[in-house]
Amino acid sequence: MQPRARKTPSSRPCRLLFSVLAITLAPAVAHAEQARIAIAANFIGPAKELIAAYTKKTGDTIIPSFGSSGQFVVQIEHGAGYDAFLSADEAKPARLIQDGYGVQASRFTYAIGKLALWSPTPNLPASEATLRAASFQHIALCNPDLAPYGAAAVAALKALDVYQSLQPRFVMGMDIAQAYQFVQSGNAELGFVALSQLHAHPVGTVWLLPQFLYPPIRQDAVLLTNGAHNHAAQAFLSYLKSPEALTIITAYGYATP
Amino acid sequence: MGIPDGLLVALRLSLSLACVTTVIAVLIGVPLAWWLAHGRNWWHDVATSVLTLPLVLPPTVLGFYLLILLGPSGLGALAAHLTGRPTLAFSFGGLVLGSVLAALPYVVQSTQAAFETVGRKPVEIAYTLRASPLRAFWTVALPLAAPGLMAGAVIAFAHTIGEFGLVLMIGGDIPGQTRLLSILLFDNVESGDWASAHWIAGGMVVFAFVVILVLRLAQKRLARQAA
Repeated sequence: MQPRARKTPSSRPCRLLFSVLAITLAPAVAHAEQARIAIAANFIGPAKELIAAYTKKTGDTIIPSFGSSGQFVVQIEHGAGYDAFLSADEAKPARLIQDGYGVQASRFTYAIGKLALWSPTPNLPASEATLRAASFQHIALCNPDLAPYGAAAVAALKALDVYQSLQPRFVMGMDIAQAYQFVQSGNAELGFVALSQLHAHPVGTVWLLPQFLYPPIRQDAVLLTNGAHNHAAQAFLSYLKSPEALTIITAYGYATP
Repeated sequence: MGIPDGLLVALRLSLSLACVTTVIAVLIGVPLAWWLAHGRNWWHDVATSVLTLPLVLPPTVLGFYLLILLGPSGLGALAAHLTGRPTLAFSFGGLVLGSVLAALPYVVQSTQAAFETVGRKPVEIAYTLRASPLRAFWTVALPLAAPGLMAGAVIAFAHTIGEFGLVLMIGGDIPGQTRLLSILLFDNVESGDWASAHWIAGGMVVFAFVVILVLRLAQKRLARQAA
């Protein structure tokens, strides 16, 4: 058999090289239509839906990174290439602007977070009475030094005057996603999570903590200096204020400003 | 500027975990290494591969499975009967279990290689001198393989001090129980407390350097004694 039109031995590596070059150079060429956005872990659910809707509408590419707000601030201060930041609080975006990492006057509240106590454990309803009875081994929350929802949980427990008695039973996640995971895996019987995280998992009981127990979790977004001229980042932030976006955000259990 | 709060607690915890882990890993690892070093069957290869897995897998894979395994749907159910606690996660015991799994390959690989280098001959000579198998192992094979065993144990110890992903996932960051040095360092960096972070990070660099240096010197010395 005579092989027809056989590729030269070098054609394969050449094409591979070309593909690699194309992939690495593409972002530089299409810079205006692509934005990297750091997003607080509590907002994962709505963020995915918002990005999908926004991408469909504009064709822009939004690359999200999820984690704790504190973690992102450290990364941004050390040159992480995010174009915008959706924090879980208002203090961190304000500080970033003050320190020159955020664009002046670009900060706005995109959602107001709701703290929930969630218990998938049978016979252990998520309630104030359960917290007072303390008939459990572990209660999950996120580290109050790192994540605003952790600080809110601590504030609520102090307001209920059960902080001292429950503290030995705390297990802390580095972000709200890990606090959720501790409860989901059954290792902690109950835990403080963001109401938005319970959107898809209605297993067990949920106590939506009354707002007077903790200071409102105003979640602010900010355009970062790195993305000051990034149209996709700017457009995505504007999109967050649109009625369509607000509908998605409220559907996940957030209040909107 | 004094030593920051909580550092000594975390230091003591990390050292205890590393000590307990190393002792258990050696107790389990040495017999395993002996068995593997003298096996020629296919199942020895399978066992070696399984034991090497924790070395290759990301610690988060181990952490994820342990989180499920230690919980109420796994060993936690057993623990609930014995101790009344619904889970083995978030406890020192849980950390020990995870760390032993992660550290065992270092002990086994290093000791197994040492046993293989020593070979069967010295042990067989001991047999001809009417030593019992246990006595031959204890007085001949083990001392000859000691440098390898020691290297494995020291690396296991140091690795446990440095373990992060695994203990982060099953620990729960409880001061005095599961907040190890590496976790405290992470908390400090993330919350902007860089003064404390420098203490820990700097200390760990010094510690790692000392461990490697001591290991190297000790191995040289043992090699000279053996020669």
